[in-house]
Parts: sequence; structure tokens; C-alpha cells
Amino acid sequence: MNTSTSIVYLIALPLFGAIALLLGGRRTNRWGHLLATAMAAGSFFVGLYQLSLMIERPTAERPITQKLFTWISVGDFNVDATLLLDQLSISFVLLITGVGTLIHIYSISYMAEDPDRRRFFAYLNLFIASMLLLVLGDSYLNLYVGWEGVGLASYLLIGFWNKKPAYATASKKAFVMNRVGDMGLSFAIMIAFATLGTTTFAGISEQAGQASEAVMTAIGITLLIAAVGKSAQFPLQAWLGDAMAGPTPVSALIHAATMVTAGVYLIVRSNFVFEAAPTAQLLVIIVGAITLILGALIGTAKDDIKKALAASTMSQIGYMVLGAGLGPAGYAYAIMHLLTHGFFKAGMFLGAGSVMHGMNDEVNMRKYGGLRKFMPITFITFGLGYLAILGVPPFSGFFSKDLIIETAFDSGGLQGPLLGTIALIGAAITAFYMTRVMILTFTGKARWDEDAHPHESPILMWLPMVILSIGSAISGFLFTRGDALKNWLNPAFGIAPGGKVDHLIPPIVVSALALSFVAIGVTLALLMYKREEIEREAPTDVSFLTKLARNDFAQDSINETLFMRPGQSLTNVLVKGDEKVIDGTVRGIGRMAISSGSVLRQTQSGFARSYAALILIGAISMIAGIWVITQ
Amino acid sequence: MSSITVLALLPLLGAILLALVPSDNPLRIKQITLAVTVAVAVFTIYIATQFVSSDTSMQFTESREWIPAFGINYSVGLDGLSLVLILMSVLLTPIVVLACWNEAEGGRWSAKVFYMLILVLETMMIGVFIATDVFLFYIIFEAMLIPVYFLIGGYGTGERAAAAVKFLIYSLFGGLLMLASIIGIFVTSRDVLGEPTFDLVALSELHEFISPTTQNLLFLGFFIAFAIKAPLWPLHTWLPDAAKAGTPGTSVLLLGVLDKVGTFGMIRFCISLFPDASKTFTPVIIVLAVISILYGAFLAIGARDLKRLIAYTSISHFGFITMGIFAMTSQSQAGAILYMFNHGFSTAALFIVGGWMIARRGSSTISDFGGLQRVTPVMAWMFFIAGLSSLALPGLSSFVSEFLVLVGTFTRYPVAAVVATFGIVLAALYILIPVQKALHGPTTPGNEELSDLNLREKIAIAPVMAAIIAFGIYPAPLLNIINPAAIEIVERAGFTDPAPTEIVGK
Repeated sequence: MNTSTSIVYLIALPLFGAIALLLGGRRTNRWGHLLATAMAAGSFFVGLYQLSLMIERPTAERPITQKLFTWISVGDFNVDATLLLDQLSISFVLLITGVGTLIHIYSISYMAEDPDRRRFFAYLNLFIASMLLLVLGDSYLNLYVGWEGVGLASYLLIGFWNKKPAYATASKKAFVMNRVGDMGLSFAIMIAFATLGTTTFAGISEQAGQASEAVMTAIGITLLIAAVGKSAQFPLQAWLGDAMAGPTPVSALIHAATMVTAGVYLIVRSNFVFEAAPTAQLLVIIVGAITLILGALIGTAKDDIKKALAASTMSQIGYMVLGAGLGPAGYAYAIMHLLTHGFFKAGMFLGAGSVMHGMNDEVNMRKYGGLRKFMPITFITFGLGYLAILGVPPFSGFFSKDLIIETAFDSGGLQGPLLGTIALIGAAITAFYMTRVMILTFTGKARWDEDAHPHESPILMWLPMVILSIGSAISGFLFTRGDALKNWLNPAFGIAPGGKVDHLIPPIVVSALALSFVAIGVTLALLMYKREEIEREAPTDVSFLTKLARNDFAQDSINETLFMRPGQSLTNVLVKGDEKVIDGTVRGIGRMAISSGSVLRQTQSGFARSYAALILIGAISMIAGIWVITQ
Repeated sequence: MSSITVLALLPLLGAILLALVPSDNPLRIKQITLAVTVAVAVFTIYIATQFVSSDTSMQFTESREWIPAFGINYSVGLDGLSLVLILMSVLLTPIVVLACWNEAEGGRWSAKVFYMLILVLETMMIGVFIATDVFLFYIIFEAMLIPVYFLIGGYGTGERAAAAVKFLIYSLFGGLLMLASIIGIFVTSRDVLGEPTFDLVALSELHEFISPTTQNLLFLGFFIAFAIKAPLWPLHTWLPDAAKAGTPGTSVLLLGVLDKVGTFGMIRFCISLFPDASKTFTPVIIVLAVISILYGAFLAIGARDLKRLIAYTSISHFGFITMGIFAMTSQSQAGAILYMFNHGFSTAALFIVGGWMIARRGSSTISDFGGLQRVTPVMAWMFFIAGLSSLALPGLSSFVSEFLVLVGTFTRYPVAAVVATFGIVLAALYILIPVQKALHGPTTPGNEELSDLNLREKIAIAPVMAAIIAFGIYPAPLLNIINPAAIEIVERAGFTDPAPTEIVGK
């Protein structure tokens, strides 16, 4: 593989920004945000430059590596700090730095009034650097560093306003639940080293052929645990809703466009593992299918605009995970949906931020209404994102989501139609909850608080929204022209070009089906929310399912009952037991040895001093005695 | 005279120098102590540059007859294992002196006595790691108790006398068992080799000639003494009390350095002298180590006192070290040795910064803090980074060692490694819970006026932070010293690394 000396600048620029702002402290308050934005943009341009070089090279020579130094080397365990830039990682690099730069620009204005804006930008740069390391590492251990690095950045940013105890708790919850997933990654690396003697992607890919299926299944399942934690998939999804405590640009960048999609990256990057482990692959599909429905259902019941969008993210990542689980036919489409989702979801989150900006940080959509007239740019850009996520042609989601649904139908056996139907139902629910968001926010009568004075956001905020909405509109069309993205990515997965797919249902029929499901969802939402007066308080006489969905399907109660409370009880028992049983036993033995505890207590300090004097005298006399004897 | 003997004597000379300074000039006393400890650190670094890491035999050796009738010599030497531990000890000592500048105040005796004790202790810390005569090691091992006892009992807080006694009795009990084994070694070496010896190299042949029972008993005498020191569950209950009562500086030296003598001894004496017995007891020890990892973590989660919390995290970390030592693969062994070094710095960071917080607030109860991130941002950051190091965040030094221990253990004892890995989730809890309570949330009454770090404190903590970050990114300088030593230990004990299971024979 060809080597390069310039990949590292991608990471070095934002890392420098983060360090400069954190160490520089208040001195950098005046220009810190500009430096951070410049670093993110600089990284983006390095990415574009690398892309232009990569396109020039013939397919086989496109991946390049850069070895920085030997990181850990003990015996046969050798891990180099090596970066790998191939078709897959460059796609992520451009998403991370491109959307990242836009969100930096947006945040300059969004966070303008915050006294800690510099710290916010430092964290953003730290995130960009970590996320780039995640997608550029050439081994699972390098990826691990970025993986926990983004977890740290996410923790810091969710808890950015940690003065509120609830926000501090949300950040802790996210980190701990992610660590459960990280444990999976640890296991995968341990198994890989113990069985295959390597932790690099290339090394494991090479050995995958001769390894037993059991081993590959073990690696696959543990990797899936990691992916599930990071990407808020079932059953480790409970942290994402609470993560909306972070400032909205963070929700857009980290908890929609990039970090939460890292699980998809991990699965797709590990294609050689899952192809050798059908059971693990099936589990990937199941996780994706469950989460895409679960997230969509939660989305229907949320009144908090950010939580509705967060549930939607969960659900959309479910689609990507499903696509990734479908094997070689689905990888490119999973990534395509990941990229289009990056545009439209980040755009909608920024739109939500723009709405909040104009509404005194209100997040309850029941207190919105009729904002279309007051925020036309926000309405139009959000609307383009809406059309994209619904999958209305020719907007981006139409291409990327339909291809996943299509691939699901084509996956064979009974599984195919089943998965295809689930994906279609998911599309209908998506159409329902997104239409609900649109109606509640932008149309109908104003239900605002009295002191609300909605207005359009300044240019630094709406410009990124406009750019992202253009991406939401046209990216799908561009990616699919001549199968551009698929042909670009497939060599990275070792898939030879060409090959005809036998469709179970003709694509045009799938598209028609998907559109009719979407139409059903939209119609239902219109019927439910357009005709009636929307109350400012959420009605309480709702169906059991609504209650369940509002409550995130009792995810917190389940976690609390299964893990938190038993854990707390165990901790309490151990704390008491340590004092009473273990220390008590020792004290008991001590008392017996000295025959009377009361004597010990009364003369404790005096006793100790004489005891210490005794060993000192004892030691000296022993040495003296030995010396005398040996003369 | 070997340069390591000179090194060991340097702090002692400093202590004698202090004795000549009038005790009503505490500033001069502190300055001299700092100068001496910095000189010792510089000299150690010089020695490290002269050390040949590819040579696994003892270097800078010196041997003088001491008590020929018993075959006792003053023998010292340096290998990769001892060099790394001495480096850690002598780097931490000046940091402790500078960071805990006013610690001697409120003690029973003067500042002069305090710093003399510290310097005497430093001589012993170097001596205990360079001793290659088992009896010499034993003498220093026991003698170290004395300065620590007075440091806790004389300068600590709260129930310092009781904690000091508890520490002493535990240690003396272990020392007694070790003494029994020492006498056993004397007798068997006399019977087997013709004349008694305490020389490490000569004794490493002994195991071939003695019965398994004898070997097991001798092993246990050493092991229990070291397991108390380390401390391993269930012999740990002295540590939280001692750490709570001691001054932060004392606690750094106690947990960071003295406890390492336990894990150092397991490698140097238990495994080298009694390899067969080590194999016999390994399953039990691995189980105790895994229990320590989880148990220490749970107790840290449940701790209400900041100092006790840090002590419990150390019990968990020592579990990792012990597991790595006895898993007997080159990764786990090198990881364990590196862990000893890294743990010194991460615990020092926690205790030093925690100590500053406690001193400012006048309480060590975690719930008395709150919102410090806004009141004292620099101090809060330092505590947070120290915490991240304790939870082994990738990119920080402790991750490298913890992961090496886990991956190395996994290749031989997969179940133990898997169970131990649950410790990383618990670690996230035991760090982020106090971080949330102390640093986040609204500023609680009594904390509004706390002052942030001053220049002296920033200078003191900076090298600790630098070490935590630098060795996380580039551990090679340490691993270059450690690896040959670790591989030698594993090979001499008769182990080879398990080959990748799926590659064999294909």
C-alpha cells in the first residue's frame, strides 16, 4: 500500500485548536472561536485535497497509509499509530469536517452570548480530532482511542451546561452506557489478538478465512455490542434522548450527523468479520430492524422538538445498521444513507436550534405554532430536510432509504419480505412523526409564551442551514448517478465491480410502495393534528401505547430495575460488609490476640508509640547481636 | 561504590543536612528538601541513560560482606523492573514536596522532622528496589514502616493514631510471616547449598532442590506479606483508613510507592525464587486479583469520603497489577510493570489535587463540594484529568498498561480477563460520580470563595499531567526498559506466550 506523509494534518489541525484554546484560557476568548473554525475548515480542505489525489489514482492504489510511530509493542503484540485513508475513511473525513465546519460557523452566532463560548469551541475541535482518529485508525486499538475520545467530547458537550444537575446526570449516563459498549470493543480486540495474533483491519481481514466461524462470531458479536452502545441502538439506546441536554449544534454534529453513526462505520469497516460470521450478521439485522421501529414510535410521542429528532436519529441509524447487516449488497447503501442523513438531520437540528433561538430556548412544540411566517429561511431549510427524510423524490432520502428497503426485500428467503415490510412500516411512521413536527412547529395558530418574539436567525446561523438543505436536496441524486458512491466505496469492501442483482420486487414497485406508505403516514398526521386545536399542555387521556412511547418504552425503568438498583444494593452490601465482616474479622482477631479490646482502645496512641519503639529497638539489637556474634 | 548506592545514600545525607538546620526556619528546610529530592531525580535520570536495557542481568552491581556467618551481604543491583520503579519513586518525591508545601503544619512535631522522615523514606524506597540480598531487602522492607508510621500518626488528620496503628499491625503481621520464610531460606540454603546464602541469583536455583511443600510454605510467607502491602482483597482494610488519616503527600508515597513494594516483591521474590509454588497458587491469586478489581471498584462507587474513594480505586488497580503479574505472558507482565509506574502518577494526581480541594474546603466528604468547575476551573480540570487517567481513558498512560494487562491475561485466562473488563464500566462510575458531585451542578454553600491553584501548585502538578499524557501517547521509552525485563521474568518462570489459537498448524 502506498504511504503518505500528510494524512496526519487532518487530525493535527483540530487537535491543535483544542489544545490552544484549553491551555490558552481566557486570553483566547476574543478569537478562540475563529481559530477553532479555521482549524475545522483547514482540515476540510486537507480532506478535499486528499480526495482529489485519491481520485487521480487507479482504484487499487487509492488506499494510503501513514505510520506515525510505534505505539505499543510487547512481544507479539504490536500496535503502530498508523493512519489509513481509503475510500471509506475519506467519505467520513469529508462528512465530519464539512458538516463540522458548518456547525462551527453556526455556533459562532448560536453561542455568542455564552460566557464559555471558547470552551465550547475547544470541545468541538477536540471532538473533530477524535472522530477523525476514529475513522482513520488502521487497527481496532487505534480506532478505540478515537472511539473513547469522541465519548469524552460528547460527555463534555452534553454536560456543557452542567450547572443544571439533570444535564450533568445526562452526560454521565451517556458516558457510562457508552463504556458498556466500549467493553465490547475491548473484548473484540482481545479475542482477535488471542486467536489471530493481530489487531489491524488488514491483518484480521487476511486471517479471517482460516479462522473458525465460532471465533469470527465472537468477534462480530462483541463488535456489535460496541456499535450498539455508540450508535444508541437497542438495547443501549437510553442515553441519546437525555444527550439532548447539550447545546443544539452539538446535537446536530455529534448526536445526529457523526458520532452516533460510528457504530455503522465499525460494522461496515469490519465487513470481513461479519461475512465470516452469519450469526453475528443476523444479529446486526435484528438490532437494526428493532431500533428503526422503536425509534420511530418514540418519535411520534415526543413534544420536545429535540427529543423527537433524537428518536428519529435512532430510527434512521437503525436503517443504516440494517443496511450494514445485509452484507456486501448493503454496505454502500448504509454509508449513503449515513451521508444523506448527515445532511438532512444536521440541517433539521440546526433548524430546531434556530427556532429555539427565536423562542427563548423553548423546546416544547406545543408552545410553537405558525412560525413559518416569522422564520421563512428556517422553515424552508427545515422543510427540505423534511422532504429528504420522508424520501420524497428527488430529495436525498428518497434514494438512500429506498435502496436500503430494496436491498432488504432482496435479502432472500422469508427474511427478505419481512425486513422489507418492517422498513416500509418504519417509513410510514417516520412520515407521521416528521409531519407532526412540521405542523406543530411551523403551521397553525401561534401557541407561544407571552414573552416570545420569534424572529429569523442571523446569517451565520442560516447560511449553514441553507448549505445543508442543498445537500439534503441533491446529494442522493448525485450519489446514485451511475452508482457513483457505490462504485467508489465497494473496492474498499473488497467487492468486485459489476454483478447483477435479482430483484424480488422491481425497484420501481418498491419506490411506489414506499411512497404510498409515506403518504399514509403524512395523511394520518394531517388528520390528527391539522384539523384539531393543539393544546399547550400534552393531553393525559392517551392510549397505553402513546404513554409507553412518551416514556421511551420504559427504557430507564428497565435499566434501573435490571442494573442500577441491584448494583446500588450490591454496593451498599459490600460497603457494609467491608466494615462489618472483613474489617470486623480482622479487628476481632486483633482483639483476641491482645486479649482485651478495651485496653487497646484506652491506650491506643501510647501503645502504638511503644510498639514502634519496640520494633526499632528490636531491629537495632538484632543487627547488633548478629554483628557481635559474627566478629 | 556503585552509583546506585550513592543514589540511595543521597537523600539520607540530605536528612542529616536538615538536622543541622535550625527548626525555626521551615522555609529553608523545605528548600533544602526540594533541592535534595530534585538532585536525586536528576541523578536517577542520568543513571537511566547509562542503563543498558537489552541486558537482562543486574547492572551497577555492588556486593560487600555484611554478616558472613549467615551469608548476608550488602548486595545491590539494577534491572529494568527496579529502574522503572525507582524512576517513579524519585520523580514523585519532589513533586510531593512541592505540591504539599504546607503539609507539616498541624503535625505533632516540627516541619524539620517531617522532611527528615520524607528523606529517610526516600533512601529506603530506593534501597528496597535495588536490594539483591533477600535479608537486606527484608530489613529495609520492615524499616520503611517506621517513617510511614510517624508520618501518618504524627502529621495526619482525624483518627491518625488509630490508622497508623492499624497500618503497623497489618504490616508487622506480614513481616512476621516473611521473617519465617527468611529463616526457612536460611535453613534450606544451608542444607542444600552447603552454606547459607541470601543472594538472589544463588537462591533462584534453590527451588530445584526442595520439596513442593517447603516451597509452598516459603512462597506463602512472602506472598501474604506482599499481598498485605499491595493490598490484595481481603487483606486491604488497613489502606482506606491509612489513606484517609495520612496527609495527601504521605498517601501519595504510601499508595504510589510503598504499596508497589508488594507487587514488586511478588515478581522479584515469589516468582523468581519459587516458580513452582507460584504456578500452584496462580489460580487462587488470579481469583483474588479479579475480586480486588471489582470489589475495590464497588467500594469506590459507594464511598462518601474523597480520600477513601481514591484508596478503593487503588485496590481495584492493584488487582489489575497482580492479575497481570501472575497471568505470566509477556504482555501481562510488561503491562503490570508499566501499570505500577503509571498508577504512581495517576494516584498522585488524584491525591494531590484531592488534597488541595480538601484543604481549601476543610472537609473530605464528597457531598460538601459542588460546582467547583465554575469556582476553581484549573483545579477542577486537574482533578478531572486525574480521574480520566484513573478510569484508563485511551490516550492517557494508564490505558496502555491496563489494556496490556487485559489482553495479555486474556490469552491465558480468558474468563478472568473478561470478568476484569467489567471493571472499566465500574471505573467510569467511580470517577464520574465524584466528578459530578464535586465539580458540576450549582455551587453549594461554603464553596463560593475557594481559591484556584496558585503558581507553586501549578508547577507541581504540571509534570504529573505531562507524564500521564505523554506516556499515554508514546510509552516506548518506558516499554523499552520494561520489555526485556518482563520477557525474562516470564521465560525464567518457564512460560511462553500462548500462540494465536487460530493460526497454529494452519
